[in-house]
Amino acid sequence: MVQNIIEVRNLSKSFDISTKEPGLKGTIKHFFRRETKSLKVIKDISFEIKEGEIVGFLGANGAGKTTILKMLCGLIYPSEGSILVSGYLPFRRKENFLKNITLIMGQKQQLIWDLPPIESFYLNASIYDLDKFEANKRIKKLSEMLEVDEELYIPVRKLSLGQRMKSELLAALIHEPNILFLDEPTLGLDINAQRNLRKFLQKYNKETNATICLTSHYMKDITSLCKRVICVHEGEISYDGKLDLLLKKLSPVKEILIVCRSEEDAVKLQNFGFTVKNKIKNEITIKIENNSITSSLKTILNNFDIEDLLINEPPIDEVIGKVLIKKDYDI
Amino acid sequence: MNLRKYLKVYKKFLHTSLASELEYKTNILVDLITAILSLIGSIFLLSIFFQNNGYIGGWKFEQALIIQGIYTILNGITNTWFNPNLTEIVKHIREGTLDFILLKPIDSQFFISLKKINPSGFLEILLGFFLLLFCIRINQISLSLSFLTLCLITISCSIFILYSLWFFISTTTIWFVKTWNAIEVLRSFLYIGRFPLNSFSFSLRVFFSIFIPIAFITTIPSEVFLGLSQSWKILLEIIVASVFLITSRKFWFFALKFYSSASS
Repeated sequence: MVQNIIEVRNLSKSFDISTKEPGLKGTIKHFFRRETKSLKVIKDISFEIKEGEIVGFLGANGAGKTTILKMLCGLIYPSEGSILVSGYLPFRRKENFLKNITLIMGQKQQLIWDLPPIESFYLNASIYDLDKFEANKRIKKLSEMLEVDEELYIPVRKLSLGQRMKSELLAALIHEPNILFLDEPTLGLDINAQRNLRKFLQKYNKETNATICLTSHYMKDITSLCKRVICVHEGEISYDGKLDLLLKKLSPVKEILIVCRSEEDAVKLQNFGFTVKNKIKNEITIKIENNSITSSLKTILNNFDIEDLLINEPPIDEVIGKVLIKKDYDI
Repeated sequence: MNLRKYLKVYKKFLHTSLASELEYKTNILVDLITAILSLIGSIFLLSIFFQNNGYIGGWKFEQALIIQGIYTILNGITNTWFNPNLTEIVKHIREGTLDFILLKPIDSQFFISLKKINPSGFLEILLGFFLLLFCIRINQISLSLSFLTLCLITISCSIFILYSLWFFISTTTIWFVKTWNAIEVLRSFLYIGRFPLNSFSFSLRVFFSIFIPIAFITTIPSEVFLGLSQSWKILLEIIVASVFLITSRKFWFFALKFYSSASS
């Protein structure tokens, strides 16, 4: 049986936020007497993550995804509840725990700006107590996986965002961690760079059985990497389960565009009992429930002379968007 | 603590920061010229103060030069290590890059205090040493092992006090976010350390001994140089330095509990 590597129980986090009224009067008042209020950003959440799982955290801006990730890796102290990651209390930041994890943030960098990435790799290698031979072996292996070569010897400030991100990944993985926390790793990358990064993460997960916790606003990252998603809405978990199940529930019907050989067939199909969205000459769009698609298509193909057929998946962003604005999903 | 690992990491710190600084040759040259001009300017200023009666607060010009020498060494250390590293703490906290440091299996205070060096500060340290050697000659100070040990102890204590004060202020960034001004105030107080403590009024002397211990930073090592210092003062400096160092470390770990990281 696969072990739980992350266990979160009744976790809450509150921050003291200072508020300010608009205008000069508000500014002066704010300067002399600051009013603060406690804001509960994470509210009593519980979940487990198994070793080797890739879990996507979904939520609107400010929903609390990054705060959860930062509590999991030990950067932020929880206000209430307990977290156990790889058997450690993260906020104690014990050396063996830190050697097991890594955090990659798409919008922040750890590479030394004026030097080639290779210098940062060697610095990290010395921090993780790796000798030069071992460091070189790991750099070679990871650079092959990431398909980087010459870039490692060019100052970071002269690299493109995509090249820089690959180098950031290499710097963050040189100690071969078995838990990866990724906070919007594809932010700002072009389509090809995003795809390469996803390919790399899939490969890394497959080869090392590393657990990956990921937040991203690019749905493609989530759909191609994560089988399981945890949806966070205003600090609470609104859904925790399989991604495909969520998609099916959120979008129970598919639209099918059918091009008949004759308009006569299209009219017959219109009156056959399906839910028709529209009909233009010999083209008809019908809505079929996900669980009866195969049988319905069989019926159509057996009874009508069909020239072409197109199944339209609803745009994933649109479907997931529903999760981000709604609190409860009865799934 | 694995000393071998920390030495290895520090070697890497030296290598990477030197390599980073050497990327900008003109900047280094300007820094070097600034260090030389600043020392000449300070000695000139000091000579103007001593022009009339030759004494300030009971100190002769030749004796006051020792304070200038120690100040130059301390300023060199400030420019080599404290300035590039400790002012970065504010940036790390504001921008959330402290996250990367806290997640490394290494002491965060060590990492954040020693990661960078500014090589041009070395020249100031060197100039300070030359000035002290010159002062030893003109004040006819006889060198002995106990004299050198005491000098080393008191100057080290001064470095620790200055470091702890700076680190303490930078740590408060975790709550106050911006503390540049406080650091500037500290640097201004350090400038005051170029003059003998006795040249100030009683109330200022109390202030600079108790609240901002500038007195310990330059005056006590200078008194040791001149053989004027009493043992209780040296002992007191050691105690103050230890208390400051331990408190600044404890304060750092306490403050980290309130670190909320920057939003993404």
